Amino acid sequence: MSERQLTMAMAINEAIGNEMRRNKELILLGQDIGPYGGTFGVYRGLYDEFGEDRVKDGPLCEAATTGFGVGLALAGMPTIVEIEFIDFMTLASDALCNQAAKMRYFFGGQVQIPLVVRTPIVNRLGLGAQHSQSLEAWLMHVPGLRVMVPSNATDAKGLMLSAIRDGNPCVFIEHVRLYGQKAPVPEADVPIELGKLRVAREGKDISLITYSGMVKPCLDAAEALAAEGVDCEVLDLRTLAPLDREGIWSSVRKTGRAVIAHEAVKTAGVGAEIGQTIMEGAFDYLQAPVVRVASRDLPIPTGTLQNLVFPDTADVVQAVKEVMQ
Amino acid sequence: MGTDTIKKYEKEFLLGLYERMFLIREFEEQVKFLFLEGVMPGTIHQCQGQEATAVGVCTALNNDDFITSTHRPHGHALAKGVSPESMLIELFGGVTGCCKGKGGSMHIGDVDKGMLPAIAIVGGGIPLATGMGLAFKMKKTPQVVATFFGDGATSEGAFHEGINMAAIWDLPVVFVCENNFYGASTHVNKVTRLKCIADRAAGYGIRGETVDGNDVLAVYEAAQTAVQECRDGKGPVLLELETYRITGHSRRDACQYQPKEERERWKNNEPIGAFGRVLVTRDDVDEGDLEAIRSQVEQTVVSAIKVGRSAPEPTVADLLTDVYA
Repeated sequence: MSERQLTMAMAINEAIGNEMRRNKELILLGQDIGPYGGTFGVYRGLYDEFGEDRVKDGPLCEAATTGFGVGLALAGMPTIVEIEFIDFMTLASDALCNQAAKMRYFFGGQVQIPLVVRTPIVNRLGLGAQHSQSLEAWLMHVPGLRVMVPSNATDAKGLMLSAIRDGNPCVFIEHVRLYGQKAPVPEADVPIELGKLRVAREGKDISLITYSGMVKPCLDAAEALAAEGVDCEVLDLRTLAPLDREGIWSSVRKTGRAVIAHEAVKTAGVGAEIGQTIMEGAFDYLQAPVVRVASRDLPIPTGTLQNLVFPDTADVVQAVKEVMQ
Repeated sequence: MGTDTIKKYEKEFLLGLYERMFLIREFEEQVKFLFLEGVMPGTIHQCQGQEATAVGVCTALNNDDFITSTHRPHGHALAKGVSPESMLIELFGGVTGCCKGKGGSMHIGDVDKGMLPAIAIVGGGIPLATGMGLAFKMKKTPQVVATFFGDGATSEGAFHEGINMAAIWDLPVVFVCENNFYGASTHVNKVTRLKCIADRAAGYGIRGETVDGNDVLAVYEAAQTAVQECRDGKGPVLLELETYRITGHSRRDACQYQPKEERERWKNNEPIGAFGRVLVTRDDVDEGDLEAIRSQVEQTVVSAIKVGRSAPEPTVADLLTDVYA
């Protein structure tokens, strides 16, 4: 019997639905999440099952919705807030970065904040500069937050279960391009330990370090390069905070080379942090400089111009060839 | 506050109000001296002159009702029952302080007393209080949240968004605006065309009321009515309490923006003296009773300072605790 396949959207839906059945206090907040099912349909069916008290459509106000979620969580009700595009995290940032991330610490541990903020990266769809960004590095920069970046349905379910049960403010970054992609998803609820990367492909010559929307292009690049005799190892980070530094070191110490790939713009991106992490723990093993593949440092244009901004498989292949020379 | 009103209440109740207001005044004055002596770290935002708002509102709340506070939280904390010792230890950075020495003046609080850590982003506490209000409503507990903020906060988006969410869902939240007429140095008339902040309530379809915030009994009665409305599911309510800060906005502020005549007028009407003058019109209260309370409170604060100054400092190990649950 073949394993059950779900899309990433269905896997996230299943994780949340199961947790809502298990924990009657878990509630969902956002805009258009009720009968409409969420902007990208991730919540389809949940409103019908759990009703308007637990799948709560609110006014268009990301700042207060997120702060409201913090308040619910503080009062002992775990909450999942949906922010429709990661671009709108700018509006949610005070509640998330100044309140949720810091409150337990500056309050000497008196409170716990079981809050998950779900938000998708939406890009390459010609939606322009305010609906195409990847802002994960901003969030990773805030101590007190957890940041998940699943690349497939299997991990999305396990990571969502972990995020809900973690008891700390988590930002769960989904990717719109991956919502419809299917993968085997266990029926059982098995959380994935945070801060553990996944070796998506084993190899000995070079480590391709990536996450979310760039995992697939990196795997495709690895296949293409295998035909040319280059054996790539592909690391899917799965969580940016905590970051699996040991996992990165262990791979790079083995391969001696690394390319980091993400769809966010290059400057001060996640790649900078990973590159420096490699310097701190695997410098003596490096046989070539570490190279980053990332978007160009621009507001994202629409139309055909956007294709010149985002990295693709060919960019990864070219970067690997540079490093292998 | 008339001599008739003062006769409605038990003597002990009234002397309790006097004692708590004087505790706040004495605490703040002593803390000010400690800063001027240079023995206390950080900065402070003090509330001399605004004691009646804190005491009047908190007296109308139960122990398990919650408050949120601001960058100016000392009065709210003392009024809600946070101990002067734990606050002074915190101000001195001691590990046994109410936030284990990690929060300081602007994050004072104590969950067991029904006070979240004070939130130092102007308006930032409003959505959180609202979220707690929903949690109480969903849990069907009779608890109420009172969220304190200043006139300055009513220009923040968080005020508008938070109060709107509370209004659409009938949440048990009392929005307490302490209008001291200055957002730091900027007069409220420069930032709104409204004569009355309470008038904003109509824009959200809720009840608003302007009260003499230097009259502790007027505040208490207005708060009691508002709290009862919230417990009855008829909330939220916006209370505007007009008061005046007779000290600087923060440590280095000499208040040169406050016209001398205005300042003198408010000083002559500061809430503790005003309440004392009415109290002694009762047959069973004389100046000696008030003097006895004052000298007892002075002793309390002196010994709390002694405890605060000698509290152990956190260690390096404490630095790393309570970031995550």
